[in-house]
Amino acid sequence: MSLDLLFNAIVSGLLLGGFYAAMSLGLSISFGMLDIVNITHPAMIVLGAYLAWWLHGAYGIDPIAAAFLMAPLFVILGIVVYRLYYDRFERDAGGGDSLRGLAFFFGLLFIVEMILILAFGVDFRNVNTPYTDVSLNLGFVNLPYRLLIPFLLSITLLLLIREFFRRTYFGRAVSAVAQDPLALQLMGVNPVKVKGYAFGLSLAVAGFSGAMLIIIQSVQPAAGREYIGLVFAVCVLGGMGNLMGTLFAAMVLGIAESMTSTFAGPSWAPAVSFGLLLLTLAFRPQGIFGK
Amino acid sequence: MKNHSKFLFGVMVVSVALGSLPFLINSEYFFFAAYSVLQFVILATAWNILGGYAGYVNFGSAAFFAIGAYASVAGFKLQLPQGVNILLGTFVAGLIGLGMGYLTLRLKGVFFSIATLALSVVLLTIVINTPFLGGARGVYVIVPRESPIGVGYYIHWLYFMILGMAILSVVIARMIQHSSLGQGLMAIRDDELAAEGLGVPTLRLKLIATTISGAMMGLAGTTFPYLITYMEPTAVFNLSFAVNSIAMPIVGGLGTWLGPLIGALLLGTIQQVGSVTLSSTWNLLIVGGMLVFFVTLAPNGIMGIFKKK
Repeated sequence: MSLDLLFNAIVSGLLLGGFYAAMSLGLSISFGMLDIVNITHPAMIVLGAYLAWWLHGAYGIDPIAAAFLMAPLFVILGIVVYRLYYDRFERDAGGGDSLRGLAFFFGLLFIVEMILILAFGVDFRNVNTPYTDVSLNLGFVNLPYRLLIPFLLSITLLLLIREFFRRTYFGRAVSAVAQDPLALQLMGVNPVKVKGYAFGLSLAVAGFSGAMLIIIQSVQPAAGREYIGLVFAVCVLGGMGNLMGTLFAAMVLGIAESMTSTFAGPSWAPAVSFGLLLLTLAFRPQGIFGK
Repeated sequence: MKNHSKFLFGVMVVSVALGSLPFLINSEYFFFAAYSVLQFVILATAWNILGGYAGYVNFGSAAFFAIGAYASVAGFKLQLPQGVNILLGTFVAGLIGLGMGYLTLRLKGVFFSIATLALSVVLLTIVINTPFLGGARGVYVIVPRESPIGVGYYIHWLYFMILGMAILSVVIARMIQHSSLGQGLMAIRDDELAAEGLGVPTLRLKLIATTISGAMMGLAGTTFPYLITYMEPTAVFNLSFAVNSIAMPIVGGLGTWLGPLIGALLLGTIQQVGSVTLSSTWNLLIVGGMLVFFVTLAPNGIMGIFKKK
């Protein structure tokens, strides 16, 4: 194996890893902070990718602009879905009826996928932007813009949201709701509302990363299934609700996947994230940074 | 005891009635459809043993089903007799169920669910990269046209086998429900901590349940290669097996042996009709839709609706 190949594998792994962080960020919020096991998350990413593809095809809107345009829609969708989830599964069962809640999201996953198939067909869709086939050449390494732009956006998004959770009143309320919803209620904050908005935010991030996904590669309606293992692996590996951990774990996974593709063949790549997830769950369920 | 003899009588009537169908109906397609429905009876019943009785959600039905199917393919390629392949697939699936349970069941239930989701993809990747099992291109399993027992065609033979397996699964599920194992699992579902405190060996019972459940799903898969004769990995590791085996018990009613049976017969038949008149996309939309509908509005399924009075 040549050094050049290794170096390029690491760089493209890092770029991909940054994007994986954006894909997992929403799940870190919903699963990590709010304790909602949103298996539909990857399907929401694909929904975002399709909406971006449609906005680009119909109105010529760049996927990145589309990412911002779609965000309010996903927030509203999130609030509605959480309201339903709360009414049916969380309110009576206290800690959440995990069996039925899981089944609910699993059913929702299929509904989203099948609606996408009925609306857009089963073909792969992709978007051609001015920066799709251009890359930044640094001599020893090639940085394609189609990976570089999502990478930079993802990192920015993650850091912004992290600051948002640390500094704003709402952000602190979200952290508090996971720890002690009753205390929050006594302080005059409605935990259901807070969780609803936070879940909306998690879906908005999912939609946002979907718009970036369509820049990186072509997408088909069931593409989300390939990312289920990935997003959960990153979320668990990084430590539940730990956003910097999420970023780090995503980078590790990106590099591991890119190395596997380069040196063992792309057909082995899907097993990397799932294998890592299984190993993490079996031996270190609290994640890398957990206690 | 009266209930048990009633159940046994019912099993006998159903066995004789369904077992005599090949002598009455000619259409091969009918048995193809009946096979699919019975296959789902096994999957739903198996899922219910862990999901319905103990409250642990297994998303890996497709993986266990595929383990059974691919073990059978391996046996076929080594020219082992069919009966051995069926036992082999069941055994391997049960073993992997035990292993999965051992690795993840000490965690919160949701981690087990996520791990089972991951299992399918890991196994799919392994199969795709294993030329002996056909790899990504798939593998042919050649079967004779005639039934080995001299009655009808090969599909009739497969029908007899899956019918036997389905009846066996339902009987086992009912036996578990009325045994101390079943009582223990239900205690785990209702309150695991309290059950543990009262001396229920929770981990051991959960491991037994995952093993039986996994073995049964594997069993359902063992005759699948003989049915489709061409095994393509993505078709066998299809998540539609997973959504069906979750939707059927929930639609029928969780936690009793009868619920998954009702759910599988209902949803299985709807999909058989749907695949003729609609498309597989609509089928999955109906299954997903019914799953979400029942889980939100009628959480105790069809059984619950009738029990309420």
